[in-house]
Amino acid sequence: MEKDPNNILDEVTQGEYKYGFYTDIEMDTAPMGLSEDTVRFISAKKNEPEWLLQYRLDAYRKWLVMTEPTWAHIHHAPINYQDIFYYAAPKRKKELTNLDEVDPELIETFNKLGISLEEQKRLTGVAVDAVIDSVSVKTTFTETLEKQGIIFCSFSEAVQKVPELVKQYLGTVVPSDDNYFAALNSAVFSDGSFCYIPKGVRCPIELSTYFRINAANTGQFERTLIIGDEGSYVSYMEGCTAPMRDENQLHAAIVEIIALKDAQVKYSTVQNWYPGNKKGEGGIYNFVTKRGICKGNNSKISWTQVETGSAITWKYPSVVLMGDNSVGEFYSVAVTNNFQQADTGSKMIHLGKNTKSTIISKGISAGQSSNSYRGLVKMTKRAENSRNFSQCDSLLLGDRCGAHTFPYIKTENKTSIVEHEATTSKISDDQLFYCNQRGISTESAIGLIVNGYAREVLKQLPMEFAVEAQKLLSISLEGSVG
Amino acid sequence: MLSIKNLRVSISGKEILRGINLEVKPGEVHAIMGPNGTGKSTLASVISGRDIYDITEGEIIFKGKNLLEMSIEDRASEGIFLGFQYPVEIPGVSITNFMRTAINEQRKYHGLDPMPASEFLAKMEEKKQMLEIQAKLANRSVNEGFSGGEKKKNEIFQMAMLDPDLAILDETDSGLDIDALKIVANGVNKLRKPDNSFLVITHYQRLLDYIVPDIVHVLFDGRIVRSGGKELAVELEEKGYEWIKAEMD
Amino acid sequence: MEMKGIIMDGISTSFNIKDTLLKLFDDNIGSLSEKDTPEIAEMRRKAIAVFARQGFPHTKLEKWRNTDLSKVLNHDFSFPMEPQTQDVNFEEIFRCDVPGFDTHMISQLNGCFIDRGKTLLQANTGVIACSMAEAFIRHKDHIINHFGKYASISDNGLTALNTAFARDGVFIYVPDNTEVEEIIQVVNLIHSEGDIFVQPRNLVILGRNSSLKLVQCDDSVDDNTGFINSVTEVVLSEGSRLDHYKLQNKNNRSALINNIYFHLEAGANLSTNAISLNGGLIRNEANVKLNGRGAHADILGVYLMDRNQHIDNQVFVDHAQPDCTSNELFKGILDDQASGVFNGHILVRQDAQRTNAYQNNKNILISDKAVIDTRPFLEIYADDVKCSHGATVGQLDSEAMFYLRSRGISMENARMLLMYAFAAEIVNRISIPRLKQRIDDLVKKRLRGELSICEQCVLHCSTKEQKVVFDIDMSKV
Ligand SMILES: Nc1ncnc2c1ncn2[C@@H]1O[C@H](COP(=O)(O)OP(=O)(O)OP(=O)(O)O)[C@@H](O)[C@H]1O
Ligand SMILES: [Mg+2]
Repeated sequence: MEKDPNNILDEVTQGEYKYGFYTDIEMDTAPMGLSEDTVRFISAKKNEPEWLLQYRLDAYRKWLVMTEPTWAHIHHAPINYQDIFYYAAPKRKKELTNLDEVDPELIETFNKLGISLEEQKRLTGVAVDAVIDSVSVKTTFTETLEKQGIIFCSFSEAVQKVPELVKQYLGTVVPSDDNYFAALNSAVFSDGSFCYIPKGVRCPIELSTYFRINAANTGQFERTLIIGDEGSYVSYMEGCTAPMRDENQLHAAIVEIIALKDAQVKYSTVQNWYPGNKKGEGGIYNFVTKRGICKGNNSKISWTQVETGSAITWKYPSVVLMGDNSVGEFYSVAVTNNFQQADTGSKMIHLGKNTKSTIISKGISAGQSSNSYRGLVKMTKRAENSRNFSQCDSLLLGDRCGAHTFPYIKTENKTSIVEHEATTSKISDDQLFYCNQRGISTESAIGLIVNGYAREVLKQLPMEFAVEAQKLLSISLEGSVG
Repeated sequence: MLSIKNLRVSISGKEILRGINLEVKPGEVHAIMGPNGTGKSTLASVISGRDIYDITEGEIIFKGKNLLEMSIEDRASEGIFLGFQYPVEIPGVSITNFMRTAINEQRKYHGLDPMPASEFLAKMEEKKQMLEIQAKLANRSVNEGFSGGEKKKNEIFQMAMLDPDLAILDETDSGLDIDALKIVANGVNKLRKPDNSFLVITHYQRLLDYIVPDIVHVLFDGRIVRSGGKELAVELEEKGYEWIKAEMD
Repeated sequence: MEMKGIIMDGISTSFNIKDTLLKLFDDNIGSLSEKDTPEIAEMRRKAIAVFARQGFPHTKLEKWRNTDLSKVLNHDFSFPMEPQTQDVNFEEIFRCDVPGFDTHMISQLNGCFIDRGKTLLQANTGVIACSMAEAFIRHKDHIINHFGKYASISDNGLTALNTAFARDGVFIYVPDNTEVEEIIQVVNLIHSEGDIFVQPRNLVILGRNSSLKLVQCDDSVDDNTGFINSVTEVVLSEGSRLDHYKLQNKNNRSALINNIYFHLEAGANLSTNAISLNGGLIRNEANVKLNGRGAHADILGVYLMDRNQHIDNQVFVDHAQPDCTSNELFKGILDDQASGVFNGHILVRQDAQRTNAYQNNKNILISDKAVIDTRPFLEIYADDVKCSHGATVGQLDSEAMFYLRSRGISMENARMLLMYAFAAEIVNRISIPRLKQRIDDLVKKRLRGELSICEQCVLHCSTKEQKVVFDIDMSKV
């Protein structure tokens, strides 16, 4: 594969986290801590309609009486929710109409990350909605997309521009009291992306957004809403990097996807938040709720994720298969090294007839890390003639790490078929010897074998992501074998 | 090229090679024959550096360097190639990617830049044609789901790509059909140069009709008990190993 | 002496049964502890404290999410504290219906051992098969060394409850280097005037390089509600071998909780097979600890449930030492409104290198009202391991179905054949020929619906058994 000049991680060649730099932009922050006032502050700051403020407050009140989940195979020091800034926005001097007006520091950040907006514009045809902390700074390609009726903008912009669409769908897939972190997000979400593809439209480009946590002690609470109207198609990419910090930072996002009749939505993530250092200090807590609903018949939602970052990942991209003949897919590679902990997987809830779901999960653990697959496949009574196939494999590198598989299968009808398979293994000495004998060093051999092992998932990624993901896999495992 | 002196090797306390002596000069082809389980593959693995064995005595010198002190991949970069008797499957890793990594790592060892993609692809094409390998095969994962013969052909293809100084072919002929055997032998013959050598492990004289050896050794019970010209292989084919055994007793 | 559970209105009375049991313990601690060593007396006190704290398991607990005891506990139970052997003619109420099944039969009635005056052929070589009550007195060494050492009370309220009240059950001891030739069959019967709550406690000890074939049968002989909370501890010393079967054929009102703890030392070999044919609520918890190099366990099970029956198999395999292998396979067919749960958990500890563990659960639902929950878990902390697991829920293989029908076999028969073949994978692994034949027959009958003709049928009805004939030669399947 040829080098992709736009690859944001192209230059990453060291095992140490490379994106650990700060950007010194003046922040416009809410007072530290969480209260009804914080919620009102955020809502006011964004000039939100009353119903949205009420939605947030309602979620906040629900959150107050909820407790943090404890069932996941993860351990961390208690999080002090009063010790977090819930809103931080780069100060805007005036409306930005072209790149020259953007804070030069911000441009610098983009450059370090490799996202030059203009470059991206010209060379790749990838529309980027770059989110720095909480506010979307610059959206490109909007015009091109607008011609087809596609709305792709920051979430706050959507609230102003198409409030009725937001109101119609917000919280319909992930109710505000779905879980502890979802309630938290629903109360204090800052910004994120919004995407609407109209009836019959095939989005001509990959929509992409890069998130980045910047300010110290800033929790990041994005909210993403994607609506594929009847017969539409869109492929959406999310990429994440976060700078190096000593304290753990909380990240609790929500992504909701709605696919109406005959619509197809493909969502790809490469998650490379700061994983903490080799001693297990620092790193992002990534507690994310991602869920899509195949609302109409013959619709399809596909999740692909490559998870190499974060100190703790807690994430189960799911699909509710409501429409008949709808399809849900989950492809995942999760790599953990050093002291990282990942508890991730998928839920496939089959409600409609003849629905199909596929789960392919590849976990790779090294160092002292812990890597768990947790999944639920549920065939309800109505979901006649439905099928699920799950394959969850774990690869272990080193004898201090853990690899766990916790699938739950519930079937309530006799015509559905559910199959789950899983294996746990290590790289065989024979494979290493074979590679070494061809002159390939052990480290490269492991990179090669791991990439081969994950190929089924990696090939689901859009080209722009695939190269980056492959590099990430090798980088994340550097130094994992002695 | 290769000089082995009084090599003794054991595995989990069991001695398998009991004092091997072998001199291979540049440009020579040596054949090693011998009954099952006498240590032929063990010898090949030890030369390549597989580290599950205990080397209790002896030395292996390759191009003037002490091989026993080198890692497996350094030996490979120095020019040792092993065509495996049982090539292992590496799921998801395409042959193209595998070869490119191998070539570039070997070049790195010699302080060279990675091979330009175009040159690499051209070389792949050339060698594939030489060995009459279907284009499809190169995009498949290394050895995964290959037939026995395809695996062996793939080993020779890799040898052609890597251009080693010393190629050890461990029963490369087994599993090949008659046409494939000719193609493989032809390939080997094309690669023969005054400055490279071959160590061919085989059970059949047939291969040696195509790849004509300079010297034939008989390995028996961990020792080379007889060496001779290619007529020794013919004699073995006719008489089996019994007579050697009888002579030894 | 009997105590009645106090029945409150509907929803959950487990709280009250709990109080009743706590009171029962206080009232009887004197007689319960009479023969106890100080350690065991202490163990009882700890156990009852755990039960007092945890009570009966409820559906909020992860491991009990799909098995609800509140209904089966909602009865006016009696709690027998003493054996009532005087006026029972065991032969009259129960005849083993495995023809020609020549075993040394031990009987338990309502959780208490019944001495029927039979002695083991190898009694003179030191093989012991007696009641736990007797073992507490006469085999104190074994009790001190093993009792309560494997059945952990801290994380299981029911095991704690059983431990607190442990008094009777079966005790088996096989000395080193002894092969027990007779098959030992333990028949657990429940027979009472009203609803009854019993807690047998068993201990099986296999000495080094010994071997034993043990068949545990759980049967009902009337249609009263019986709640059985059984705990069995099994020790397999180095190089020993146990072939173990659980045969469960209970009435639809019964609740059977079967906690069994296998402890394997180096080179020990266990094969355990749980065959559940009938029962209102059955929960089998098999805990297998592989505690020495080279130990091996086959953990098998088959369940064929219908009507409102509920089957719950919990298997925990603990690979605590290197070089052990385990192989777990459970297969089930669920009809009518039956519900099934499988929860397999393999734990490979950090230093348990070169572990080889396999786990599979396969299910067929034949009614739209049947439900299955399956969770095959792997928890792995060592790297040099080969572990795999699988779970399937589905119909009969449609290709196989097509194949059979294309050979002229009727749809109905093809279905039956395939279901039979499905169960046969487990049945075929029964190594006692007579037992295998019998189970094979039972499975065939079960599949033809003959076992569920009448509500109370648990096979011991007076009607003559019909010979089961298939139209096709089953041996060819
Ligand atoms: N990893 C190992 N552990 C134990 N013994 C081994 C191991 N590898 C090889 N051996 C033993 O060493 C002896 C030599 O084996 P080797 O594979 O070198 O024989 P060979 O001459 O190549 O035989 P063949 O003609 O069948 O390929 C055999 O007895 C074999 O069983
Ligand atoms: Mg060999």
